[in-house]
Amino acid sequence: MKKLSFSKVMLWFGLLFLYAPMFILVIYSFNESKLVTVWSGFSPKWYGELFKDTQILEAVWTSLRIAFYSATMAVIIGTMAAFVMTRFRRSWAKLTLSNMITAPLVMPEVITGLSLLLLFVEMADLLGWPAERGMLTVWIAHSTFCAAYVAVVVSSRLRELDLSIEEAAMDLGATRLKTFFLITVPMISPALIAGWFLSFSLSLDDLVIASFASGPGSTTLPMVVFSSVRLGVSPKINALATIIILSVSLVAFLSWYLARRAEKKSKEAME
Amino acid sequence: MKNPLKIIKGRYLTMGVPYLWLLMFFALPFAIVLKLSFSSAAIAIPPYEATFSYADEMLNIALNFGNYLLLLQDSMYYMAYLTSLKMAFVATLGCLILGFPMAYAIARAPARLQTVLLLLVMLPSWTSFLIRIYAWMGILSNNGLINNALMWLGVISEPIQMLNTNFAVYIGIIYAYLPFMILPLYATLVKLDLSLIEAASDLGSRSINTFWKITLPLSMGGVVAGSMLVFIPAVGEFVIPELLGGPDSLMIGKVLWQEFFNNRDWPVASSLAIVMLALLIIPITLFHRYQSRNMENDV
Repeated sequence: MKKLSFSKVMLWFGLLFLYAPMFILVIYSFNESKLVTVWSGFSPKWYGELFKDTQILEAVWTSLRIAFYSATMAVIIGTMAAFVMTRFRRSWAKLTLSNMITAPLVMPEVITGLSLLLLFVEMADLLGWPAERGMLTVWIAHSTFCAAYVAVVVSSRLRELDLSIEEAAMDLGATRLKTFFLITVPMISPALIAGWFLSFSLSLDDLVIASFASGPGSTTLPMVVFSSVRLGVSPKINALATIIILSVSLVAFLSWYLARRAEKKSKEAME
Repeated sequence: MKNPLKIIKGRYLTMGVPYLWLLMFFALPFAIVLKLSFSSAAIAIPPYEATFSYADEMLNIALNFGNYLLLLQDSMYYMAYLTSLKMAFVATLGCLILGFPMAYAIARAPARLQTVLLLLVMLPSWTSFLIRIYAWMGILSNNGLINNALMWLGVISEPIQMLNTNFAVYIGIIYAYLPFMILPLYATLVKLDLSLIEAASDLGSRSINTFWKITLPLSMGGVVAGSMLVFIPAVGEFVIPELLGGPDSLMIGKVLWQEFFNNRDWPVASSLAIVMLALLIIPITLFHRYQSRNMENDV
């Protein structure tokens, strides 16, 4: 009993440690003073300033588009890789694929970023494509590292699936492809959605790889935030942070709520 | 009848698309980094000299080991590697000390509460990494929250320098990577057979003893995976030492960034990356073994 209470204390301490800095960010975004650390009165003016900053707004739009396309591509590649890993026979090709797909999970970002940039430069040199680094190259870079996360999420779901349902469909004459889209995809759809959102948020958040892979005209939001934060704290960034924190919390809460409701419904249906 | 040719085609396609993509955008780039690390910098676009050149019907290979010699000779690089390894190690230990009891408490909580607690732990990592590091700049700076509070309370009369020190980098790494430590720990702890712990305590083992002899050894897989998930990216970390660290928190990710973006010495940056990779190959292999055991399912 004694150790249990110790771990509970640590849990609350840890959660406080995780959340206190974020609450402080949110509170100070409503500070009137330009000095982020001195409270001088409530004011929402920094939100107004934020929405007047065209550089930030453009970067938000660029980042959202890149994140959308990267997440979609990552789900396609990651799901295929997960399928190979859970359903294919052991082979040399499978072994190398599984080595490559999970490696980006722990690769230091500076190495991934540097290596991709050098690839793009060499390709432009030899093939003349991509002529210029921009959204396309950031999309390739993000799809590659996000696919690793999708593969992990989807493969754990694929392993839990009851193979006999797929086998039944194929016994009844469905082709492998048809079985995949009509049976497997609906059953793994929660993992596909989770993987998509995870990739979306990873892509939206990435600074280091995007800095290497992007070119002029494809400045992403983290790049703008970083160059501003480097010069010191600024209340406009606090306002931006508040919007990000609130929207992520909202999406997380909604997905949790919907998952719980679906679970309840399926339980009731079972009874 | 199913067409066997079609099935084989489908299999190749399923395998081929991710395979080619990763070969092209993951494996090939490393080969290029390796090649470039043997090149020398030049004032040109791109700013390096070709390793392979074809002239007079002869293939010329110019290997330049100078970059690696430079890493050996200049103590700045050598120190940066040591500092990175040391700081990543200490921060990983910090994450483990804080994360293990947290994961344990979550794994022992009622099932309904577990999902909520896990969500609470993971939520910060879905918001912006950059912004969470930025939050600490306002807290730790000389006229920041902690110093202001301590001065107001009369504990100190002069602000303590916390921002731009190694201490701030430790806080930053632990703060940013804590969720990645907790998740794999939780995954192994939740599967732990409680009856073993009960048996130990029934037989008179003290709780500390039970922890060292039963709980920790049985959750070693999670400890290793979590530690690698923190340690490996922390070694190459750039954002945290750049924003929170000072002149003495010279970490290798920052040095690589500066060589690349500020000095535009791509070959040296490449050789820095290759040496970093060589240092990390053991932890990466350890993590990979854990991960593939979890993912693969040989039919």
